[in-house]
Amino acid sequence: MKREKQLLKGNYAIAEAAIEAGCQSYFGYPITPQSEIGEYLSTKMPELGRAFVSSESEVAAINMLLGAGSTGVKAMTSSSSCAVALMQEGLSFIAGDEIPCVLVSVMRAGPGLGYIYPSQGDYFQATKGGGNGDYKLVTYAPASVQECIDLTYKCFYVSQKYRTPVCLLADGMLGQMMEPAVVGEYPYEEIDQSDWALSGAKDREPRYIASIERDQETLRQRVEKIFEKYNKILEKENVFEKYEIEGAKLVITAFGSIARIAKAAVKMARKNGLEVGLFRPVLLNPFPEKIVKEIAQKIDGFLDIELNCGQMLQDIKASIAGVANITVEFYGRPAGVMMTVEEIYKQIEITYKKMIEKKYGTACI
Amino acid sequence: MEQLVYKKPDSIKDDFKITFCPGCDHGVAVRLVAEVLDELGVRERTIGIASVGCSVFSYDFFNVDIVESAHGRSLAVATGVKRSKPDKVVFTYQGDGDLASIGLAETIHAMTRGEKVTAICINNTTYGMTGGQAGPTTLLGQVTTTTTKGRCVEISGYPLKICEILKEVDGTAYVARVTLDSPQAIMNAKKSIKKAFEAQLKGLGTGFVEILATCPTNWKMTPKGAHARVRGEMSAVFKPGVYKDRVSEV
Repeated sequence: MKREKQLLKGNYAIAEAAIEAGCQSYFGYPITPQSEIGEYLSTKMPELGRAFVSSESEVAAINMLLGAGSTGVKAMTSSSSCAVALMQEGLSFIAGDEIPCVLVSVMRAGPGLGYIYPSQGDYFQATKGGGNGDYKLVTYAPASVQECIDLTYKCFYVSQKYRTPVCLLADGMLGQMMEPAVVGEYPYEEIDQSDWALSGAKDREPRYIASIERDQETLRQRVEKIFEKYNKILEKENVFEKYEIEGAKLVITAFGSIARIAKAAVKMARKNGLEVGLFRPVLLNPFPEKIVKEIAQKIDGFLDIELNCGQMLQDIKASIAGVANITVEFYGRPAGVMMTVEEIYKQIEITYKKMIEKKYGTACI
Repeated sequence: MEQLVYKKPDSIKDDFKITFCPGCDHGVAVRLVAEVLDELGVRERTIGIASVGCSVFSYDFFNVDIVESAHGRSLAVATGVKRSKPDKVVFTYQGDGDLASIGLAETIHAMTRGEKVTAICINNTTYGMTGGQAGPTTLLGQVTTTTTKGRCVEISGYPLKICEILKEVDGTAYVARVTLDSPQAIMNAKKSIKKAFEAQLKGLGTGFVEILATCPTNWKMTPKGAHARVRGEMSAVFKPGVYKDRVSEV
């Protein structure tokens, strides 16, 4: 593995990072805009003596992932939008079974087939989930090709450490674009899985991994224990970016690729004397509500920017419940056309003006 | 002098509690699989896949490592286990609804890939655990809770013939249909189950055994009457026999 900076496409970066992280088993079905991940691994994994299966469907892929994960190996699948929809049943089982594994979800536009344009329309799919029952899909959202690598590592680590499925939520833009990045060494300690993983009942009692539980009290305790893990992940594995938050009156909230464009707009606003900052959650689920609330207490308003009709917006609003006199505006569009820096800057100006008017009664910016 | 002539296989748990109805063939089928695991000496490196249906509590009986599968996905789960740990012996234990209805895609594709696993399917022509609804193998004319006047072609189509399909799949190395309605049939069934595991152990491909089994509770029959049904109308449609045997060819 080359350790120097190279020009890498997002999807290939994720695939290389999976190999570097020690992913032993990959299962997947082609869907644009993430097919390069499977293409790349179809050659590399067998060369390394690792498992690659082109599954008959995403339903099969997620269940192969369940089986692989149950043996304690690092395992991954990758997919997109309408096909991740097919995996929801499996994700619920994997969460209930407490099996570690990684799902790479490279969002395209929806609903339905939509199209292959970049979109962030699957924030709800990842963070609210379509699987049944009480569980969360731990989700990290990269904003650059470098982060695609670093967060793939993080996803494997968190999944193994906490025995939970973890999602890397990228989008078509990140998957398809090229930029310089370094595939560094996997930076985390290896987590021993031998005390629970299935390996054959040799010199020990047999083990079983199941989400089914006939005793209602035991089932309750098990689900509560799973939720304790989410609290711990939020406490110990949270990743976020704060930019120019100190002294800001208006804070932009955005995640993933659009956050980079928003950051450029924030720089432009600062240059023009507007007191604007950016908060970019990278860990989207569990959502960093406390941090958003702390920011809310020091500012006059948020402008949430997403490539959807307002999904993370719901989590922002829930986070600031009880904070008085705060403006929350949203600017987004469902799919396809990326926003320009100028366009976002314009929205910053509009929101800033509205916010100041609300506070002081007159426009004075 | 007392001589022990019948004992519980090591591959059955000591403290097992049977969850099957009286007269159901599942108990015999589980025992046969366990005996085969014992005889092949693979218990300590076996990972079983529990499916959804009456077989869901497999971990209550089998004294081996078990992972639960969602309904129909057992052979996908088995694929994930086997590809990640090729040195393990992997088997699924499924009903006909699980393997041949909701999971037919996973079944055919795992076997098309020739996954080196063993699949055991209990065909009792009904969804037993949910109370006896019509399934993929329900016979024409059979009364169930969803075919109250008997299964008719116009509404429900035809019963699916599992072995006849799977013998055509290139990745299967052993395909057989057996019954458990007599001591001789039980001994035959065990031979087939063993072959289905040998197909895996020899790396030939997927080993598959379909067991025509009774469901006295949902058929509303006595165990004896239920076995007569297996021998009679069930065996007439689903003909017992070895459909493919690449294990003996080797």
